[in-house]
Formats: sequence, structure tokens, C-alpha cells
Amino acid sequence: MSPLRSWAPLAVALAGIAVFMAGAGAAPPAVLRGNGFALKSTSIELPYDETGYPEGPGADLMNANCASCHSASMVLTQPKLSRAQWEGIVHKMRDTYRAPIADQDMPRIVDYLDHLR
Amino acid sequence: MNRLDAALNVPLDRRKLLAGAAAGIAAAPAIAQNSIDLGFPGGQSQFPLTSSFPGKGEMILQRTTPPLLETPMEVFDGDVFTPNDRFFVRWHWSGIPAAIDVDQFRLAVRGRVKQTLSIGLRELLAMPRVEIAAVNQCSGNSRGLFEPRVPGAQWGNGAMGNARWLGVRLRDVLDKAGLLTDAIAVRFTGLDTPVMPDAPHFKKTLTLDHARSDEVMIAFGMNGEQLPLVNGFPIRLVVPGWYSTYWVKMLSDIEVLSAPDDNFWMAKAYKIPATPHASVAPGAKDFPTVPIGPMVPRSFVTNLREGQRVAMAPTIAAGGIAMGGDSGVAKVELSTDGGKNWLPATLGRDHGRYSFRRWDARVPVAGPGKLTILARCTNDAGASQPLEPVWNPSGYMRAQVEALTIEVAA
Repeated sequence: MSPLRSWAPLAVALAGIAVFMAGAGAAPPAVLRGNGFALKSTSIELPYDETGYPEGPGADLMNANCASCHSASMVLTQPKLSRAQWEGIVHKMRDTYRAPIADQDMPRIVDYLDHLR
Repeated sequence: MNRLDAALNVPLDRRKLLAGAAAGIAAAPAIAQNSIDLGFPGGQSQFPLTSSFPGKGEMILQRTTPPLLETPMEVFDGDVFTPNDRFFVRWHWSGIPAAIDVDQFRLAVRGRVKQTLSIGLRELLAMPRVEIAAVNQCSGNSRGLFEPRVPGAQWGNGAMGNARWLGVRLRDVLDKAGLLTDAIAVRFTGLDTPVMPDAPHFKKTLTLDHARSDEVMIAFGMNGEQLPLVNGFPIRLVVPGWYSTYWVKMLSDIEVLSAPDDNFWMAKAYKIPATPHASVAPGAKDFPTVPIGPMVPRSFVTNLREGQRVAMAPTIAAGGIAMGGDSGVAKVELSTDGGKNWLPATLGRDHGRYSFRRWDARVPVAGPGKLTILARCTNDAGASQPLEPVWNPSGYMRAQVEALTIEVAA
């Protein structure tokens, strides 16, 4: 075996390492392939809605108790609802979905929703 | 840092901040270029359009967190398969993983099985495949059109889409684990989590017979591509003919049960009146309910917009899409006289019983003025769309004949 031929594979390997090192800062996402279909690791950044609730008595409570789980748009897109309907919804948010609403804040939150628009 | 950021463990400065993104109000959201009127009765009908969600083109913004994105109707006038980047999005909880590593992802199969499994995606890709065309429709699609209005996500007609789903049969995955003799139901959970730790995780359950049917599948392909993350990457349950609530996204846990599931999302939420068309008199409260299940026929005119002006002609082209629900589209008929007379539409290519089907027709025009077009689908099982409105307090299963009114110019 000539010296040239014996070193050639190593040179190719070193070139490969250099390419790998150069790209190390942005490693390509992992890809799995099987039976002609590929799945590629994926990451996203979801948009975030920083808009709070419109000013008014109780807006502070809305922002403090409701914004953790959903955007204000969930409330602001609702049709005109009765006070009883809002009461039912707020109780469901607290009792079922565990919104951390203190007892004394419940009526003020219902007031705020009842006076929307 | 608020609780949401803490829960998601994402520093605030890494989040895309969207000033003024409240939907449905006058403030122009930073992410919204335009808005759309969804034509709801009694107003409160204007919604922003946004192209700011990853993997998505222009969508109707119902809610940013957790995302509710609706497909604009004109998308359905294109191919009967809804493009992935226009397919509707609906999440219950805001704890949505922002990254999925295909090497690390595992699907657990546990409960009343002979052997608990932890299946990687490589293993799923190696299993025998099935592909099925199926409509995925939210239980509350069209809720904003209910009259009287009802609370909940105020969807127009675009909380639906049709795709070719590629994956493996659920039955094959269950058989790998082996079922114990007392197994009666199968419960599904995804990777999404509630912000409040003691709030109920989103879980849905199918009977064992349904879970073992030919059609229920675990899909990793959607219209020939991997699923967008916001549509459930890397895998979601596909339950052809059934409402989307059962199509659990980012499916990570399959639990075989020996008793009926009494978890909140089966026992309390997504319940419909046990009445014809799931309909009750507006305001009714005390009626028996059952979990929502199979879909029913619907049809939509997609080539014309409400209020559109068209030139006078003896006939006008009307075209659109129809779905049969849990069986195929047998026929679509049109009426321009309030439902007294019906003329048949020509059906397009049949992609299978669970797919949208294109239809086209020419409707007669008597003269200038308003022209109201009704479209009615009947499925292969003989079920047809009612003319009377469907109403229930949760806004589920709207399925009556839809009316579209255009203006014929003199």
C-alpha cells in the first residue's frame, strides 16, 4: 500500500470533522427516517399577547387572575352575556379550571364582565 | 415574570410580544394586518387576521394564548384538502411544548395491558401504514352563528379542515402491548398541560371497540408532510368521522381502562343533548346529555361571499364543499326558493367517506335583486341537513342548511 493511498481516507475524515466543527454552532435538527417518511425535530416560538383587559373597575383583577391561562381576547370576543351567564363562567374558571380567584374578588370580576361594552 | 411564563419556563424576552393583539375590538393588533367580519347575528363579529403563527399562513385570530386560529372560507374554495399552513388550530391549555425532539419523543401504552410500552418514533415509522382522507372539525365549529348567541370560542365556519392522514392503526399499537381481558376503553393524553397544576389535564376516551376499528389511527403525516407543531406534531390521534375533540394532539399517553372514563373532559365537558340533531329549545336547561361523538352532514357554498354582487345572467355558478359526517356524501342539492324545490349538484372526485367532497351546480336566477342559495347534503346513511336551526347551550354540532345571500345586479 503506497503512503498516499493509506493517508487519503484520513484526509477525508479530517475534512469531515472540519465541516462538522464549522457547523457546530447551529447543529441541524435531528431527522428520523423510515419507509420513505421523515420526521424532523421542530421548535417554535408562539406569539404572545401582552394586551391586558380594557381599563375599568376590576381590570386589575382580570389581569391578575385570568391572563395566566388565556389571552384577554377569549373574553373580549364573547357575545353579550347575562350576568348569570358570566357568574357561571367565572365559577367554572375557579372551581374546575383552578383560576386562583379569592372569594372577595369574585363579585368584582363578575361586575367587570357584566359591564363590558 | 407572570405565572404563565413561569409555568412554561420561558423567559419573557424570548417571547414574541404582540402589542394590542386583543381580538374583536377596535385596537389594531400589531400582528393583524387586516380584519374579517364573520357575519354573526347581533354583531361582535369582527376578527383580526394574522400570519404570525409558526407554520401558518393568514388565519383568523380567535385567541392568541392558547391559540385558536380559524381557516378563512376562501381556502375551502381551493383544493378539497386544506393546506397544512391554513389548517385550523385549537388548544385547551397554554402549556404547549415549544420544541419536540424526534429522538427523545416517546408514546406510552399502559394500563390494562400485558406489557407496558414506550414507543419511539423510529418504531412507529417502521410499522405497517394506513392513509385516510378525513375531515377534522371542532365540536363548536360555527358557534358564533348560533342564535341566540352562546358563550365559548366564537368560531365562524372555519374550525374545520380536510387532510390525508398517514400513520399506523391504533389497533396495531394496542396489540403490541396486548390487552387484558377486562379492558373496555382507551384514554388518550397529549403533551399539553394546564397552567394550574391541579386543573384537569385534557384527556379523551374511546370505547375499546371503536379504538380497535380499522379507521382510528395515530398519524405522523398530514397531506404528505409532518404535522405543524401547532396541529399536534409529532403524532396525533385521528378518529375519522368523529369531532376533533377526540383527535388528541401531541399524543404521548395511551391508557387502557377497565371502567368507563369519568374524567372531566368526558363526563362534564363536550356533552350534547340526547335529542335529534343535538338540538333543544333556546334557553332549555334540564335535558339528558351524552358525550359528543360522530359528525353529521354539512355543506357550504365557497365560490361566493355573503352579500357579493354578481351580474344578471340566466344561471349563476355555485360551488362548494360537503362532508357526510360519519359516512360518505350521497348528494348535495341546492334551493333558491327557501327549500320548496331542490336541484342536484354535480359531485367531484370521491376521496373516501370521511373526506370533503367538492360539488358544483348552476342555479337559476329569476331576476335582479337578492338571491338566497341553500345547500343541503345527504349522506350515504340517509342522514340529511335539517332546515331548522340547531341550538344547544354549548354551541355544538351546528349542521342546519346554511343560507348564502348574494345581490344580482339589474
